[in-house]
Amino acid sequence: MIEAIMRLGRRGCHLLEALGRAGIFLAQSAVGVPSREGWHLWLKQMHFVGVLSLAIVLVSGLFIGMVLALQGYTILVDFGAEQALGQMVALSLVRELAPVVAALLFAGRAGSALTAEIGLMKATEQLSSMEMIGVDPLRRVVAPRLWAGFVALPLLTVGFSVVGIYGGYLVGVDWLGVFEGSYWSNMQASVEFLADIGNGMVKSLVFALVVTWIAVFQGYDLVPTSEGISRATTRTVVYSSLAVLGLDFVLTAMMFGGI
Amino acid sequence: MKRSKMMELGVGLFMLAGILGLVFLGLRVSGLTFTSPGESFRLEANFANIGSLKPRARVTMAGVTVGRVAAIELDTEWYDARVILELDARLENQLSRDTTAAILTAGLLGEQYVGLSVGGDPETLASGDIIHDTQSAVVLEELIQQFVSNMVSN
Repeated sequence: MIEAIMRLGRRGCHLLEALGRAGIFLAQSAVGVPSREGWHLWLKQMHFVGVLSLAIVLVSGLFIGMVLALQGYTILVDFGAEQALGQMVALSLVRELAPVVAALLFAGRAGSALTAEIGLMKATEQLSSMEMIGVDPLRRVVAPRLWAGFVALPLLTVGFSVVGIYGGYLVGVDWLGVFEGSYWSNMQASVEFLADIGNGMVKSLVFALVVTWIAVFQGYDLVPTSEGISRATTRTVVYSSLAVLGLDFVLTAMMFGGI
Repeated sequence: MKRSKMMELGVGLFMLAGILGLVFLGLRVSGLTFTSPGESFRLEANFANIGSLKPRARVTMAGVTVGRVAAIELDTEWYDARVILELDARLENQLSRDTTAAILTAGLLGEQYVGLSVGGDPETLASGDIIHDTQSAVVLEELIQQFVSNMVSN
């Protein structure tokens, strides 16, 4: 009985310790803003997490926009309100789906790769060799990845929204025959730049920070064995998905809950 | 060297596409326009009941949008709602003094908006004037109550 309580306490201490380590880790590596020679490292990571994630994010955006328009149409047509299709597609994409789905895809596509890469560097003792020759691995390895993720995900989110809205246009206007003018004008009448698009971008920035933070921290903090790497990669995807979905509710409640 | 140049180009294009996407969202999706806030003037109108009229609701005239609701507050002198309307500057000193304002509903379930209709007075409304002839929102419960009490009295 007492043994069980002690184990619980040990767990709690470990959890708090890990949280503290992660916080210190974030603070130390975020200071490493890309300097002149760090610029190229950042660029390379930007290419890896941003440009190469573009395809999966845009294709998913297209399909999500199309399915939103299709589902929305069948519901709205019952009320004779299919003119509001553009408004529905745009608001649900910009406020909710684009930040969340892009972050989830980003965690799977880029986050897991970051964890595995840094983890393998740790397992093959590249990180400790760097420290040995006087190069700070937090600055050299972690900071460019952190900053690249922080910049790339909001851009990917914008792309997701744009392509999704066009996907909705393809299905709604070209296929189902919603009037084109009402698709765009209802959208423009109801979407507010700061309240909707701005808040969506704020969400996306928060998710970008959380997902990349979790990914690089899991890679940096893992047990340097092959099993440890596989566990850390799994944990990256699980933790960041949960964090994104949980934070999304909190942020939505703060941004739109007052209405 | 060649490879790194290609990468720079790719990242540059990616960021450019992101920024252009944001501009697209701003202009095309949210219909952001760069009108300076100086191009409007304000009128006030008091309503006995505004129903569910919200700030930023449309103000229309003959169905054409001519402005928006800037603010709604409670008038503590008469305990009715004071609605401040922000109208297109082109209409300043054009609307007759007996212009009426009514709170209307778009469709059966739609949002509420303010409809203006012009009267025949040669004098016109200037910025800050008050529209006296107003018509409150139709509240369904009151309508039903009226109907029921009429039935009973008959």
